[in-house]
Amino acid sequence: MSNILAIAQKELKSYFVSPIAYALLAIYALISGWFSLIAIANFIEMSMQGQGPADLNGYVIAPVVSNAGVLSLFLIPMITMRLFAEEKRSGTIELLITSPVTDMEIILGKWLGAMGMYACILGVKLFCLSFTFMFGNPDWRPLATAYLGMFLQGGALLAIGMFISNTTRNQIVAGATTFGMCLLFWTFDWATTFKADGWAKVLAYLSLTAHFNSFARGVIDTKDTVFFLSVIALGIFLTARSLESLRWRA
Amino acid sequence: MIKVEGITKRYARFTAVDNVSFEVAKGQIVGFLGPNGAGKTTTMRILTCFQPPSEGRASVAGFDVMEQPMEVKKRIGYLPETPPLYPDMEVGEYLEFAGKLKGLRGNDLAKRIAEVSEKINISDVRAKLIAKLSKGYKQRVGLAQALIHNPDVLILDEPTSGLDPQQILETRELIKGLAGDHTIILSTHILPEVESTCERVVIISKGKLVATDTVDNLTHRMRGSENVGVEVEAREGTLDVSAVQRKLEQVAGVSKVILREDKNNRANFEVESLQGRSIRADLARAIVEGGFALTELKAAGMSLEDVFLQLTSTDKADEAKVEEEIEKGEAA
Repeated sequence: MSNILAIAQKELKSYFVSPIAYALLAIYALISGWFSLIAIANFIEMSMQGQGPADLNGYVIAPVVSNAGVLSLFLIPMITMRLFAEEKRSGTIELLITSPVTDMEIILGKWLGAMGMYACILGVKLFCLSFTFMFGNPDWRPLATAYLGMFLQGGALLAIGMFISNTTRNQIVAGATTFGMCLLFWTFDWATTFKADGWAKVLAYLSLTAHFNSFARGVIDTKDTVFFLSVIALGIFLTARSLESLRWRA
Repeated sequence: MIKVEGITKRYARFTAVDNVSFEVAKGQIVGFLGPNGAGKTTTMRILTCFQPPSEGRASVAGFDVMEQPMEVKKRIGYLPETPPLYPDMEVGEYLEFAGKLKGLRGNDLAKRIAEVSEKINISDVRAKLIAKLSKGYKQRVGLAQALIHNPDVLILDEPTSGLDPQQILETRELIKGLAGDHTIILSTHILPEVESTCERVVIISKGKLVATDTVDNLTHRMRGSENVGVEVEAREGTLDVSAVQRKLEQVAGVSKVILREDKNNRANFEVESLQGRSIRADLARAIVEGGFALTELKAAGMSLEDVFLQLTSTDKADEAKVEEEIEKGEAA
């Protein structure tokens, strides 16, 4: 366990000693602020038209949170692309593999480090939303559920991205492939627009959108939780196999 | 301490290491010698559990690299050819991380970082970014990483490659100073390095083991007979070269005299002795008694370089000879 934490700590730190963390946080803060501004402007407009203040949760928190799901598609590849690709290119992977730590400790450490970075980014959004609590009285529970959803979805995509990063020593390739996969998983449910059964149904089930939307609505569904947890497990499993294969090929 | 039994590493299209066996005793420094691409790095990676062999067994301190990799890794410090450094980290941070990876925590960790920094002489750069260090310092930080958990065995892959002559000397001294406490295998393709730092040498070429012995024995064994270079001048007048040659041939124990050069009244001969005879003193006396001036007399024994070239040349006849030599060596 302490090995995992040591690796996670180093991983998280390495985002902050390079410009990556600051670039991601700044861009996310900008976009998040912009989205919040639009949502709040919309809320004010609605309040003026109706009788008394409109629903803060419905008009501010829900749209901001569901945008966050889309935004993470762009951010995840930037977090995961360097995880293994960089270590492979610079040769530091030899230090990790020849140290008395297990492959699983390396993988979990890296995944946790990436989760830490992702959590920092989500923290920026929380800062934007905190103003609604300062000046209004929204229900905090849907927001907590949405955050749980964002963590689960982020964890799943980070695990997949980590696997992709382990298959190459080129960060650009890792990043582009991860972005493509994220986008594909996000839009799988479009299949249902022209076909309602068979493989379209399977694809739709694999779509992240459907599973994330219930969290964004404030519902914790076991089905969706299990889905995300299994994708996390799958990503970690694939990374472990891929890391093992490195030993036989390298 | 290290035992390698018939390891082979095969890839789809070629065999990197082919049936290599050797042993290293505790506290020894062993030079792992071979041309580039001979299979040195692959063998080292097998010993450090980075990759498994296709066939054969290897063990470190009695632990098998396949069966008990964790135990092996705890006892090994490994410096790959490119030091595994994170350029964005400070030296101190890096050593802390490396120490944690090797299982050190808290006070032990702080103590070991201080000790190793002192030993490797990097205390003054602990707060510097690794990216800003010179090549020599990077190499030392890499070495510090390998030493941090005070391992029984150190495996160093070309520790002096890319360093300037001064740094090479320093690194060699450093490595020599580590022997005794640690068993060391260092790979190199630079021969003087082996001659100056190692006690034993393992020579591999094209994935195959060609020789393993002590440095002294190897040069001696390959030499067999003594070769002496002699330079003679006339005391006065012109030098009668054939007279000198006759004189040299008459010395007891001489098997062959070859005239190498003859100009400006000065002649260079190469004199080969019979097996196991020392002839230098007798040669000197014969020349002086013959009324010639002896200007140079040197043992032209085979250097490790000659041995190496001879061993790694692919001539079939040479291979047969080498195998014979190895058998002789093993019998002795």
